Amino acid sequence: MHEMSILESIIELVDDEHRKQSFGKVRMIRIRVGALAAAEPESLRFCFEVIASGTIANGARLEIETVCGAGWCPGCCRNVALTERYGACPECGNTRVCMTAGDELQLAEIEVE
Amino acid sequence: MCTVCGCGTSGHHHSHGGGVIDFGKGVAAMHVPGLSHERTISIERGILAKNDALAQANRARLCAADVFALNLVSSPGSGKTSLLVRTIVDLKKRRPILVIEGDQQTSRDADRIRAAGAPAVQLNTGKGCHLDAHMVSHALDEVTLIPGSLLFIENVGNLVCPAAFDLGEAHKVVVLSVTEGEDKPLKYPDMFAAADLMLLNKSDLLPYLEFDMDACLAAATRINPYMDILLVSARTGFGLEKFYDWIEAGASGRRVFQKDPRASVSQQTLGLVESANT
Repeated sequence: MHEMSILESIIELVDDEHRKQSFGKVRMIRIRVGALAAAEPESLRFCFEVIASGTIANGARLEIETVCGAGWCPGCCRNVALTERYGACPECGNTRVCMTAGDELQLAEIEVE
Repeated sequence: MCTVCGCGTSGHHHSHGGGVIDFGKGVAAMHVPGLSHERTISIERGILAKNDALAQANRARLCAADVFALNLVSSPGSGKTSLLVRTIVDLKKRRPILVIEGDQQTSRDADRIRAAGAPAVQLNTGKGCHLDAHMVSHALDEVTLIPGSLLFIENVGNLVCPAAFDLGEAHKVVVLSVTEGEDKPLKYPDMFAAADLMLLNKSDLLPYLEFDMDACLAAATRINPYMDILLVSARTGFGLEKFYDWIEAGASGRRVFQKDPRASVSQQTLGLVESANT
């Protein structure tokens, strides 16, 4: 369940921001999760309420933006869609596709009051 | 107070006694001040940025102390602890050795390591499934970093989560035992992509198994073509001298990449199977 540590890290980043800027309540946290990143959006949603309770993010809504997987294929010399990490190019079968998107695990923005 | 992360007393349980640090007992507690107007704040930070910063601090600290750190990762039961015990017995006369043991609970592994003759700090992760850089920074406070020493961090047995968490090690070493499936590198690619060395353990069992070594090597090099690969047995000691040479080369800053690890492991496998059949 490393989704729990990921959520704890998100709360820590929000708390960092809270120390820098004064706000009372966090209404929404928007994160960006790559389709091929090592985190399951469903598990993140499932654990969020528990991890947020008692913190600055208590009662906040978690919004997850999904980023599709993509990579640069040296065979086709262009960007191709990737459905698995280190997967082969769907066009030419080359296995040296360099992932360019889908690995994101970012805190994008928060809505506060 | 932790000098690396600046954590105070709230939300942290720091047991500094008995060589056991338990991160499973902490509860986050934070203060919520008065209300202000509603607004959106753009943050755009990597979620694991804090871990990465702490890992860099650990790396700088280890580097300054001239300590060569390896993060051992694998699924449970691959023989990481047995491999470490054997390595300690064989190498402790050459270099001082320190061990950080990560497990969900109990100090059984640290006890085995201490019995083998190396100081060990047991990190119990509680609900956590991996070690993180913060836990390791506290474990480093518990040991004396002797210049020239080797630090082995035995991560929690898990092929998924530890891949994402840098601890500040020089290299991740993934241990795959030949009693597991040869397609593990394809099923759990992140860990094999993050590792610089793969140890194929339990080589003594190869003659009795239907382990397709060539398929395993092909899978591993497809995920990570730059990874070194060694066939070893913690039980018989097979191949361990090569592992020790690899460690020594890394610790003295002259790591040489293997030319064709697949060919030599494939050859060794044939040799082991043939000699068992005659």
